[in-house]
Amino acid sequence: MNLKAYKDVITRPLLDENPITLQILGICSALAVTNNLTVTMVMCVAVISVISFSNLFISLIRNYIPSSIRIIVQMTIIASLVIVVDELLKAYDYETSKKLSVFVGLIITNCIVMGRAEAFAMKEKPLLSFLDGLGNGLGYSLILIGVATIRELFGAGTLFGYEILPLVSNGGWYMGNNLLLLPPSSFIIIGLFIWFIRSIKPSQIEIDDFELSDHSTSPDLSKRELNV
Amino acid sequence: MNDSIIKTIGVAFAICLVCSLIVSSAAVSLRDLQKENKLNDRRIKILKVADIYKSEQPIAEQFKQLESKFIDFNTGKVFDEYQNLNIDEYDQIAVTKDPNLSIKIDASEDIAIIKNRENIGKIYLLRDNKKNIDKIILPIRGYGLWGTLYGYISLEEDFNTVSGIEFYEHKETPGLGAEVDNPKWKSSWKGKKIYQNDQVALKVIKGKVEMDDNQASYKIDGLSGATITSRGVSNMVEYWFGESGYSMLLKELDYES
Amino acid sequence: MFEHYLNIFITTVFIENIALSLFLGMCTFIAISKKIDAAFGLGIAVIVVCLITVPLNNLIYNYILREDALVWLGIEGTNLEFVELISYIGVIAASVQILEMFLDKYVPALYNALGQFLPLITVNCAILGASLFMVEKDLLFVESIVYGFGAGFGWAFAIVVLAGIREKLKYSDIPEGLKGLGMTFIIVGLMSFGFMSFGGISL
Repeated sequence: MNLKAYKDVITRPLLDENPITLQILGICSALAVTNNLTVTMVMCVAVISVISFSNLFISLIRNYIPSSIRIIVQMTIIASLVIVVDELLKAYDYETSKKLSVFVGLIITNCIVMGRAEAFAMKEKPLLSFLDGLGNGLGYSLILIGVATIRELFGAGTLFGYEILPLVSNGGWYMGNNLLLLPPSSFIIIGLFIWFIRSIKPSQIEIDDFELSDHSTSPDLSKRELNV
Repeated sequence: MNDSIIKTIGVAFAICLVCSLIVSSAAVSLRDLQKENKLNDRRIKILKVADIYKSEQPIAEQFKQLESKFIDFNTGKVFDEYQNLNIDEYDQIAVTKDPNLSIKIDASEDIAIIKNRENIGKIYLLRDNKKNIDKIILPIRGYGLWGTLYGYISLEEDFNTVSGIEFYEHKETPGLGAEVDNPKWKSSWKGKKIYQNDQVALKVIKGKVEMDDNQASYKIDGLSGATITSRGVSNMVEYWFGESGYSMLLKELDYES
Repeated sequence: MFEHYLNIFITTVFIENIALSLFLGMCTFIAISKKIDAAFGLGIAVIVVCLITVPLNNLIYNYILREDALVWLGIEGTNLEFVELISYIGVIAASVQILEMFLDKYVPALYNALGQFLPLITVNCAILGASLFMVEKDLLFVESIVYGFGAGFGWAFAIVVLAGIREKLKYSDIPEGLKGLGMTFIIVGLMSFGFMSFGGISL
């Protein structure tokens, strides 16, 4: 295995095969936590560590897992990792863990984790699987951090809680866009991200299920006969 | 042969064993730290509302300045001890689920929409050097737009002037109702009066308070774009300082001093 | 009493809609909403599984996991809350599996309709999320039944509505890059803005 393969495994999920914008995986826990960059960063670190380590552990024991209980074994490993991350957060960053509430637990059902375990870690060597987890985690984080930056900067005028654009309500000049503080705005931002990525990489554009035929019901005036 | 029964059970057992070891050792070793965090989280809010919070000092140490007391809402009396309850662990929100320890508020009186009120509450006192009460910190709660807001309000030694307000849990809309956490808005409560002629007069109004309004000390600026949250906070004050809230207690204390 | 349960139901379906206000189960929500038929089948499956797993997890939480929950066994001072996540996901995976086998054997007609969706549901965060929110709200057993049904119903309702919109969307002229996934995200965003207007309703 050469160096390029390692590099590929990390960089591909960033744009070419981004888990969120192309594979529609793992959006669930992503949306509600993006109104604040600090919280988002913590969430990203949690997800990255769970994906990488679950990939690593599953890959280590991949030759010993009986196929009949494959899914439940993966689930157990993922769930244990999530619990450990959750406990660590509660102990060392209580403030953020309160804001993330149940969303840390929901990493278990984050399809990226399960998907990478099943599609990659069950087949590949440990180190490569670990890097694949890292890459996918970073791809997920890239989108999340992008969304959070837009939402926090233009919504509340701050980044990481530090004031960048002073708000009118605090005596500054920037009128915060309250719409961006509301969770649904993250959908619209992700939608626009997808548009952006697909404009750069047209190969990702979805093909229509069918073509609309040209409009042909209106009368053809050039052939009209005059009945005078 | 990965699929023989013995191997399957063996692998399942081994995985369970390893995972349970990791999970439980993490949980047990971190438990004390988590408990402390949880306790401190609430204590910081109480210290903040009393305006004595210093971020650099240990919280448990600072919290010793405050006295915790039980209050019986039905009589307005204050107790240091009540039956066999432990004052540090007593959770007055949890007991509202128990019909023996709380009363159901009649819908017509339930302006704060809290449904049940505990019989025994918990308040905090801050005393000055001469052991006189300097500040009193009272927990309040009430329904806003999306859910119940939980918080504390503190009063000066005249038991009428507001010293501060803090909410520790709410689900209000970010940017609108969630502005109850805005330091500027919270500081506008300082110096306002609650009672006028023995009636609760303090209100969160719609729009801004006029400078030349002679009732200005009974009015708080409304949160723009959050009429329902503002009304909720207003109702909360009206309920908790009314007959079934703290009014008996405050009169009692006033009489004593 | 009835009013209380109705209130929980309305709150879960509209104000705290599990898909459009809490954003749970989004992966399947967006992936399986191209056609109304499929969306409807998946919706029913989610309702059934929520209705089973939320009350079951409620019992597990109240009688095994929570602080001092094992008093009925004569054991005091326990707190097993840290295995919460793994127990819930276990219960969900097991009940989905059992439901699948049960339907296959006794109600083949229903199995044919729902069967393909059931395996998808184990990793659907809406189901796990419903159980976690049930614990956070500290619901009693009967309340949890209503909550489970409401959560499932709200999710099913949302996905059917989205599928309806997406079927119509095929006839619209959308910019190339926004077609499909991109537009769906924006539609879901607009729908959940719409659902925000239910805030403040209380019976």
